[in-house]
Amino acid sequence: MAWQFIYATECGKILSGKEMMQINQKEIAESAQYKSEVKNLSFHYGAFNALKNIDMVLHDKKITALIGPSGCGKSTFLRCFNRMHDLYPGNRYDGEIILHPDDVNILASNVDPIEVRMRISMVFQKPNPFPKSIYENVAYGLRVRGIKQRAILDEKVEIALRNSALWDEVKDRLHELAFNLSGGQQQRLCIARALATDPEILLFDEPTSALDPIATASIEELITDLKTKVTILIVTHNMQQAARVSDYTAYMYLGELIEFNVTDTIFIKPKNKQTEDYITGRFG
Amino acid sequence: MRSVKSLEEIRRIIILHKRWDLIFMITGIVALMIAIMTFMALFAHMLIDGLPRLSWEFFTSFPSRRPESAGILSAWVGTTLVMLVTAVAAVPLGIGSGVYLEEYAPRNLLTEIIEINVTNLAGVPSIIYGLLALGLFVYQLGFGQSVLAAGLALALLILPVVIVATREAIRSIPITIREAAYALGATKWQTVSDHLLPYSSAGILTGIIIGLARAIGETAPIITIGALTFIAFLPPSPVKDEFPFISFEWLTAPFTVMPIQMFNWVSRPEEAFQLNAAAAGLVLVVMTLAMNGLAIYLRYRMRKNIKW
Repeated sequence: MAWQFIYATECGKILSGKEMMQINQKEIAESAQYKSEVKNLSFHYGAFNALKNIDMVLHDKKITALIGPSGCGKSTFLRCFNRMHDLYPGNRYDGEIILHPDDVNILASNVDPIEVRMRISMVFQKPNPFPKSIYENVAYGLRVRGIKQRAILDEKVEIALRNSALWDEVKDRLHELAFNLSGGQQQRLCIARALATDPEILLFDEPTSALDPIATASIEELITDLKTKVTILIVTHNMQQAARVSDYTAYMYLGELIEFNVTDTIFIKPKNKQTEDYITGRFG
Repeated sequence: MRSVKSLEEIRRIIILHKRWDLIFMITGIVALMIAIMTFMALFAHMLIDGLPRLSWEFFTSFPSRRPESAGILSAWVGTTLVMLVTAVAAVPLGIGSGVYLEEYAPRNLLTEIIEINVTNLAGVPSIIYGLLALGLFVYQLGFGQSVLAAGLALALLILPVVIVATREAIRSIPITIREAAYALGATKWQTVSDHLLPYSSAGILTGIIIGLARAIGETAPIITIGALTFIAFLPPSPVKDEFPFISFEWLTAPFTVMPIQMFNWVSRPEEAFQLNAAAAGLVLVVMTLAMNGLAIYLRYRMRKNIKW
């Protein structure tokens, strides 16, 4: 959005070469802050148009929240980022999601969805650990990437568990079943599993909706801490959560992106009436 | 006043409605008893007739014209070998088909037709499989009236059971587990081999054992392909004392199986052979029950670690 805004205003007048260069530099400078740019993204489940011409950016090492009423397409949007829709027949993407710095359009048909999923990790709504040990859960993404050396696995597993604030609670029982953990611990384990492979973007699909308030608080704290390491996109049902954790917020409604801005602006003085109504609880 | 009256009314209605609970419960218990008692009566009858005949010699003797020295050696060895062939053939084919249908097959008309047919195959009378095996395995492929032909015939028979069990077991894995694997960058095969198969192994194993328990008692297809009813020798041993130490000659050997041995004895006029039949029946029932018991135990053991 910001990128387009600059472009539109600057293109309105005749530009000198010097100014052109400035714009170019500005563009480069702007896009360097972006981890990803969504351009005119539409998505269809069969004949149903679930996402309509979405333009958005993900700022590098920032948290972007997607809010909106049920069925507005926020989870659908999130799942475009790791090509999850490719698992089911009859789905169609139009438009682009550009991943920086290599500027690859991850929706392109010649890009393998597996490659995309290896770069972009996801944490799901309900904790979904594998019925394996804690260690094997975290190590699985690494094993998929062909890492076999015990020392590397051990190290990466420990780092991931430390980064997800779970290490101290599980370090003495790494080989116990993941199901023996509490719900909040299981979700942190899923975050560790997603982190172990050093993803470029971490997707969260309502990660606290199945958790109690205390577990929710610890997950939120964790997400806030993680932004120094990774770009985060989070879908949330809970507006307070969006306000608490995110730097940027996008409000979606019926498959459209209604408003996208810095979180404070969205929550304090939204430009769009619909956004304001939703945020003040008059609807949704 | 009015509320007190209506409370009495409510209580009367509750008593009236609860009567139906009682009536259904009694009907249910009676129905259950009919099923269980019938089996118990049969089993008890067989036990009384057959138990005195059970001895070490009964298991180590070949059939004989003299009922008191006849045994089931060739029958239980034949059954074991046939089951081995059945399992070796049906397990990989059944699991492979089940996994393919559930995970790989495109959702289209052809797949749908195949799925319906697989389910229907489970209901095809077993003698039809016998005829198929007679034409295909015995004559066309020239396996003869052998352990191999019988094992493959029974494998065909239980294949639908294994396929359906595999599919059901895989389908009972929550979609979130599957997505978790894919989201980490796993391929289809990695998802299947690292997750879906291990987590569904209890269900698949149960299906295999139930299938084998069904196959062990099958008589019609075995008779159709021409198993002998009187065999006084064993198939060649699979283990040899010279290189390469393993022999597959037993696959082509003539054979008999437990139910056929039973059938043979039942059809004899002498009373003493009826007792032999009861004893063989007892062994067969115990074998089947033991397999079912094993299935239940394995399911319990393997599901203990999986909660969904």
